[in-house]
Amino acid sequence: MRFLLLFSRQGKLRLQKWFTPVSDREKKKVIRDMMLLVLARQPRSCNFLHWRDLKIVYKRYASLYFCSGLENNDNELLALEVLHRYVELLDKYFGNVCELDLIFNFEKAYYILDEFLIGGEVLETSKVAVSDSMEEADTLQETMEEYMSKPTY
Amino acid sequence: MSPSVPLQEMIRAIRSARTQCEERGVIQRECAAIRAQFRQADNGGRSHNLAKLLYVHMLGYPAHFGQMECVRMIASPRYSEKRVGYLGAMMLLDEKQDASLLITNSIKNDLSHSNQYVQSLALCTLACMGSAEMCRDLAPEIDRLLRASNSYIKKKAALCAVHIVRKVHELGELFAPAARSLLTEKNHGVLHGAVTVPDLVQIMKGLVLSGYSPEHDVAGISDPFLQVRILRLLRILGHNNEGASDAMNDLLAQVATNTDSTKTVGNAVLYETVLTVLDIKSESGLRVLAVNILGRFLLNNDRNIRYIAMTSLQKIVGTDHNAVQRHRGTIVDCLKDQDASVKRRALELSLALVSATNVRSMMKELLIFLSSCPQELKSHAASGIFNAAERYSPSQRWHIDTILHVLTTAGGDVRDETVPNLIQLITNASELHCYTVACWCIGEYGDLLLRGECQETEPVQVTEDDVLDALETVLQSHMSSPATRGFALTATMKLSTRITDNVDRIRSVVSIYGSCIDVELQQRAVEYNALFKKYDHMRAAVLERMPVIEKNSPGHTNGESMGEVKENQASKKPMEPKLLPQPANQVCDLLGLLGDSEETLQPSPSTALGLLTNTPSTAGGNLLDLLGDLEPEPLTPALLVPVYDKDGVALTLSCEKQSDTAMTVTLTASNSTDSDISSFTLQAAVPKSVKLNMNAPSGDSLPARGAAKVTQMVVLNYQNKVNLKMKIRISYSSRGSTFQDTVQIDTFPGL
Repeated sequence: MRFLLLFSRQGKLRLQKWFTPVSDREKKKVIRDMMLLVLARQPRSCNFLHWRDLKIVYKRYASLYFCSGLENNDNELLALEVLHRYVELLDKYFGNVCELDLIFNFEKAYYILDEFLIGGEVLETSKVAVSDSMEEADTLQETMEEYMSKPTY
Repeated sequence: MSPSVPLQEMIRAIRSARTQCEERGVIQRECAAIRAQFRQADNGGRSHNLAKLLYVHMLGYPAHFGQMECVRMIASPRYSEKRVGYLGAMMLLDEKQDASLLITNSIKNDLSHSNQYVQSLALCTLACMGSAEMCRDLAPEIDRLLRASNSYIKKKAALCAVHIVRKVHELGELFAPAARSLLTEKNHGVLHGAVTVPDLVQIMKGLVLSGYSPEHDVAGISDPFLQVRILRLLRILGHNNEGASDAMNDLLAQVATNTDSTKTVGNAVLYETVLTVLDIKSESGLRVLAVNILGRFLLNNDRNIRYIAMTSLQKIVGTDHNAVQRHRGTIVDCLKDQDASVKRRALELSLALVSATNVRSMMKELLIFLSSCPQELKSHAASGIFNAAERYSPSQRWHIDTILHVLTTAGGDVRDETVPNLIQLITNASELHCYTVACWCIGEYGDLLLRGECQETEPVQVTEDDVLDALETVLQSHMSSPATRGFALTATMKLSTRITDNVDRIRSVVSIYGSCIDVELQQRAVEYNALFKKYDHMRAAVLERMPVIEKNSPGHTNGESMGEVKENQASKKPMEPKLLPQPANQVCDLLGLLGDSEETLQPSPSTALGLLTNTPSTAGGNLLDLLGDLEPEPLTPALLVPVYDKDGVALTLSCEKQSDTAMTVTLTASNSTDSDISSFTLQAAVPKSVKLNMNAPSGDSLPARGAAKVTQMVVLNYQNKVNLKMKIRISYSSRGSTFQDTVQIDTFPGL
């Protein structure tokens, strides 16, 4: 997988994850192209597109579009499953996730993604394992007193 | 420090901004505050500030000033700060930034941290944005982690290793031993990570094959990711390897038949299986199974499945053509699908499937599709149809019909290169000229928006008035672009040489454009006027009929016999103004042409005279020069050798060597009978290694009793003299009956 984007129907970006080094200008261009392509699709059409030399797989969940760019030898049907699994993980963590959750807690969405995918590949296929790691990592986040008591560097 | 209250407040503030301008204002204020806080001493809000900055960055605003802050935060002992710092590193830094080098040390320290989550953060960041140097530096650390006892870390380390190997291929060797031990692990997560490492390290073949069947059976459909991963590994391993492929056959057959295909997941696994089967050297039974699965996919209601089925079929259509043909009906139906992606795939597949047997029905379908398909597919479809039509057309007429139909529907979407093909086709199908010229003018409307070539041909048997009318309408139409008008003007000029009674009309048309606004048109018109007035006698020569272009592309079946090596220049070069016709060639040809004003049976001279249309000024200029340079060619007293003498018709030959590889042969014919001979023509053929250029003869009638002779010059280019032979066919009519004879010349005098 080369990149993963989440954006709303109005064209607002909610999450972007790039698995290859891409310049800022190029990122903006890709985002713009993706939005144009995906938002223009009919509701009941095929979930796969062809763009430049990549395969684009997208899925719409409520008001959010999950869009990923795959290389040529990647399995598109599996990518759909990956996107679905990510949504399930978000749902489990936030409890009935909606777009607002992702807006106000975007950094958590990133952390969950990092537990699930690394370098574009699926890391952990068990939902239970991912949510356990997230919980543990969250407990590590200190309270205010601990925060101030630790030295800075 | 969760939830991050200041962050959420800021987000709320940004979202409540009603206009873009307001939003920008809010963000600028926030950024200023963040910048100020970064400069300040430590307070409790650093992670919040960075998080705010990241949000702003996601909205698309610049956030470069946060990079150093990221670096500092990563080095902090506080986990919250580290977390946000690493997130910031992944979002703001990439390997092209200089600041990324600064975090190498921090990552190194964190990789040996006691807390596994800190380690995982570091690993994750490295896998995401590690540059080549960072990877090289940290590879030993990763290797150590791969052997650690903690499976959580191991799997992350494994994927990090994947990334490293992708970046720096030599380090793959380093990880191979660790990967081997990983494969014996039962933990699915670890196995997952491990399976990708051998993807890139092709050393693992033997070990891998033994271990997989039991693992696979255990996994079942509940872990499709792993199944697919394993299948992909198998595919890579078996790609060129007979032994490995054999071992896999049973496994693949088992997977293919047992997997439940009612859900997408099952289909995903089946798809991967099919891909694997097709890629490795599998036995034929397995391949048939794979194609059948694809066939089942095609009939599935789900569009996604149909799409990927067609994609896969495309890949194998080259090798397993017959198998795919069976599904042709379904594929053609998919052309009518609503969905654009499916249509595109169906189109490509259909084009690949067109063959000699089904071409008519396929064409019908494709033409219907063309008239209803969306814009972006039209050009693709049109050129595809052209190619298919070329290769498989059952007759010329059908071919031209199809092409014209396509042109009228597709109009301006047709690609440039197809136009000269079309024109050339038309010239070849000389019996259909009447039919085509009328249509071709319509076709020109379709080509209005095309730049590029428009080499024109002027068939003779057309009703001249019709053509003139059509051209006038083109000229006057407001829709014509200047280029088209230029072409039309030139066409009119060319017509003036062919037809005799409408010359005045043409002159008036041309002079109208003498005062046209467009410089190009004006220039052309003025020159053509000049041609009319001063160089009337040159008109014929200058606007000589275009030579027949011979196509150079493969796959085109010429009906020519082997002996004929009449190479016309396949001039498909675009008409750039820089392409000046060589004056030297023009001299010879003009000399030859001046005498010729009737259609002859033999092929016309081959230099690319047609380019005159784009260089009117140079042509005009050259004409002046050439007229000044006109001299009769020096008659070298060459040997005259009689080569044929029968029934009073005698043919003599004289040669003149131009260079080591070129020779000019002059053939002279005379008639010593008592009756005139008319339609005297000579045709020549040479072996394949020799190139032949025939210039126009001086005439085609031989008056009785040797009152006049006919001469013709032939230029031969050859590699070696040994092969140099020439066969000449003489045909003429005398006393009302036609005669034909051939003579072979094996030796050339003076050679």
